[in-house]
Amino acid sequence: MRKLITLCSCLMLIALAGCSQTPKASNKIILWHWMTDRNDTLQKLAQQYQQETGIEVSIQLYAPSESYSQKVIAAAQANVLPDIYGILDKKSIVADFIKAGLVADLTNAMDADGSRWKNSLFDKALADRRFDAGNIYGVTPGIFGVPIDVSNEQMLYNKKLLSKAGISTPPKTFDEFIKDSQALSRVGVIPFVSGWGELWLLDCFASNYAFNIMGEEKIFATYRGQIKYTDPDWIKVFNVFVALRDKGVLMDGIVTKGNKYAEQDFALERAAFTFNGSWCVNVYHNMNPNLDYGVIPPPPISSMHTLKIWGSAGSSFVVNAGSPNKDKAIAFLKWLTAKEQQVILAQETSNLPSNKEALSVISSILGEFAKGMDQSTHPNIWPLNEDPLVSEAFDRGLQAIIIGERTPQQVALDVQTVKDRQMAKGH
Amino acid sequence: MNSKAKSAAIFKENLQNFFFVLPALTIFCIFYIYPFLNMIFLSFHEWRGIGPMHFTGLQNYKELMGDHLWWNSIWHAGYITLIALTFQNALAFALALACDRDIRMKQFYRVVFFLPPVLSEVVVGLIWNWILNPQMQNGQYIGLLNHLLYTSGLPQLVHNWLGDPKTALTTIAIVNSWKGFGWGFLIMLAGLQTIDKQLYEAARIDGASGWKTFTNVTIPMILPVLLVVVILTILGCMQVFVLILSMVNEGLVNHTDVPVTRILSAMTGTNRFGYACAEAMIFGLILVCVSFVMKRLSDKAKQA
Amino acid sequence: MRTNRYIFWGMTKSTLIHVFLMSVTLTCLFPIFWMFRCSFMTNETVFVDKGLIPQHLNFGNFAVVWTKGNFEGYFLNSVIYTVCVVTGIVLISSLAAFSFSRLKFPGKDIIFYMFVAAMMIPLPGSFVALFVIMKNLGLVNSRFGYILCMINVGLSMSILLLKTFFDTMSRDLEDAARLDGCGRLRIWWYVALPLARPAIAVIVIFNSLNVWNEYILAFLLLGDSQLMPLQRGLMVFQGANSTDYPVLMAGLTMAAIPIILIYLVMQKHIIKLSGAVVG
Repeated sequence: MRKLITLCSCLMLIALAGCSQTPKASNKIILWHWMTDRNDTLQKLAQQYQQETGIEVSIQLYAPSESYSQKVIAAAQANVLPDIYGILDKKSIVADFIKAGLVADLTNAMDADGSRWKNSLFDKALADRRFDAGNIYGVTPGIFGVPIDVSNEQMLYNKKLLSKAGISTPPKTFDEFIKDSQALSRVGVIPFVSGWGELWLLDCFASNYAFNIMGEEKIFATYRGQIKYTDPDWIKVFNVFVALRDKGVLMDGIVTKGNKYAEQDFALERAAFTFNGSWCVNVYHNMNPNLDYGVIPPPPISSMHTLKIWGSAGSSFVVNAGSPNKDKAIAFLKWLTAKEQQVILAQETSNLPSNKEALSVISSILGEFAKGMDQSTHPNIWPLNEDPLVSEAFDRGLQAIIIGERTPQQVALDVQTVKDRQMAKGH
Repeated sequence: MNSKAKSAAIFKENLQNFFFVLPALTIFCIFYIYPFLNMIFLSFHEWRGIGPMHFTGLQNYKELMGDHLWWNSIWHAGYITLIALTFQNALAFALALACDRDIRMKQFYRVVFFLPPVLSEVVVGLIWNWILNPQMQNGQYIGLLNHLLYTSGLPQLVHNWLGDPKTALTTIAIVNSWKGFGWGFLIMLAGLQTIDKQLYEAARIDGASGWKTFTNVTIPMILPVLLVVVILTILGCMQVFVLILSMVNEGLVNHTDVPVTRILSAMTGTNRFGYACAEAMIFGLILVCVSFVMKRLSDKAKQA
Repeated sequence: MRTNRYIFWGMTKSTLIHVFLMSVTLTCLFPIFWMFRCSFMTNETVFVDKGLIPQHLNFGNFAVVWTKGNFEGYFLNSVIYTVCVVTGIVLISSLAAFSFSRLKFPGKDIIFYMFVAAMMIPLPGSFVALFVIMKNLGLVNSRFGYILCMINVGLSMSILLLKTFFDTMSRDLEDAARLDGCGRLRIWWYVALPLARPAIAVIVIFNSLNVWNEYILAFLLLGDSQLMPLQRGLMVFQGANSTDYPVLMAGLTMAAIPIILIYLVMQKHIIKLSGAVVG
């Protein structure tokens, strides 16, 4: 019995002994991120920064990104966020972080020196974490994050496979795309793959065509509940996927494919077209350095409105407003987005730099991606977003169409039912 | 005086007996009870993980009752569990019986059957995902299964196993059984080994046949262990999700949803923590009920 | 004649049993063999070469894994966590299970069912709350905090399993020990624990696996990369933008080998001890 009591009291003592530290200003900044592919370069840059300034930056990687999200939310609750971190969730959650006082407003730092820092960065990338006057989230206007790179999602084509089917120029319209796909099928090449097991990528593709078919005003009107998903224009969007399915464009099993597997399929030349973000340049290079491919925007189906692609900050960091090292953290991010460091990041990780001055060094294929930034848009810079439950129903509906389970009309009704329910709840 | 001293002694003894449970109970209260109470609290609120909470009363539960995606996901988990209970456990029991005797290479078998559970779910998902890959490259199937079917003259059986709503769930259930049967095997074998060998000896001397010994000695002695295996199978399979995520990603439309993936998608997909907690509560309640029924059944079986 | 037939039947029976066992063995081994095989290939050959043994063996993947995944750093942590958590679980859960099975005190059943019920509520919903209480106890970013948390994860199942085994075990030896004047604690340590060794082996194996393969709580609770377990190194390979199958498979193989060794060692002990106890 005595042993047991000793055991218990030992446990208690040890539990009490672990005391918590309060944060103090120091020469060490902690940064949390989720970017497996950029970790090495970030570590290297941090070392360089320490040599230059004497300030130690501890770069801590938490992958996969789902676990990272969980960690940031939990750390926010317990108020133990690091000096610099990134928020991966939707903009409304970023707004919640800001309102909870967990994100520092960087407007003053950005505007200092005649806005030199701000002007060096792509405006669309800054918009990712910028809140304008009168925003629907109720956040005091300001810039709350620093983009370290930009990205957009476009269509890629394999030059070798296309020429195998006798195609010399990539498709310019959706009809051409379907025709090219059929030509590819005839020579035994699978036309198209994408990571549509990840709903956001499917949603992105559909959104491109929604912009093309009905234009931005009508989409936002739908989000506001003024137009129904059963509208003929939305049916047209759904029918894009019916066409892709019926003409044999899509690779088998596309709706359960994770993006990394789709990337592999394209890199190993199992499909001629893919739809992916600009970070893929690095991925394809690692998987198959000899891959010869080009970039085009998804071929438009209508001439009524311009087809807009998604493009925005690839990854943004925010500074913890409660951090005693706030100013040092801001200084580090300023250094990280300066031209020299952006060049290193762009060259070593093949990402589009967020600093405009660093654009001159990027590879030609990234240059093709960069051209797309002009016609890009992103949910994070829209004045309003669709309710997440409706988006979920929408994306699931697209999957159901692709596997031939439901018709566009049925899916439109399903989505509208969810929409009506959410509107009734006052969302 | 006497009775007082007696009750004091009983109290002392109870207290000492209670001390045996105390370490477990302390840890349990800190790391389980508090988060659990917090979960109940959250399930009555609308909360996005950060920012203000709004009390909504029973709203989450009401919505949950009419959420057919949720109830479908429970059915899916039930289906996976059912396959595990029948196919997987029968296999495990047969293997345990076969290994609880003097046969050659006993040790080898024991090691081998436990290899699949040693691997993490992510690994199992990855390996099988690859074996089941439906694509072709250079006129050859990449996936081993389709490749074997094709080359062994059964091209009509080549199939997109994970991409077809009709076969996806069953495929997942079978992979799950493949990964899980080693557990049942191990526990049942440990159970068979604790059976006193004298009982077998006595039965043999009484002239009981092999089958009689099996039904009269082995089964009654192993029954409690079997029930533990059944309960563990139910709990394990109902909560399976890493395997599913690594095999079909976010899911084949909604045909491969299980409760835990629904909870996760409520949390990280749509940022509805309150709803996720309500789902977790209802799910826990269902499992408690199922286990309670199992317990009652086992008590009845013991009496009979 | 009779003996001949008996031997004949015995042989057929054992052949049938072996055929059955062998076929299951094959289905078990093949996917694992496939993983192992692929860890010796390169990205170019892994999808093309369908032979059982790759045409060109490539050992470089293991070197890549060891250096890139920082395995040597994380390896020791994983060993520490596994040993501490499993020891803790065995001691704490066997004490509790012994008490639930053999001793009396008011509220015993309720507490036991509470432990069992705990297995039924899925964990993901409680991450945030868990993190907050760990923070309040000062246990975030500490080895001890993670160990306690993992002990809690394995506790319920271990208690249930051990109680079942204690319930089925004969009490003769314990009664004899009691007559010899042994206290409860001594009976637990000298009689009950040795008798329950097959069950404890199951618990050790189960929990070792659980701790060895766990990463979500480790990510959540540990902030310092010096405290991280091995799975973190693996996650680097499984990161969103890498599908380097051969390297991945090499990493998985390397992460799986230690746990297979633990299992082999434990297996030997079960056989030795169960022979000693029962025979």
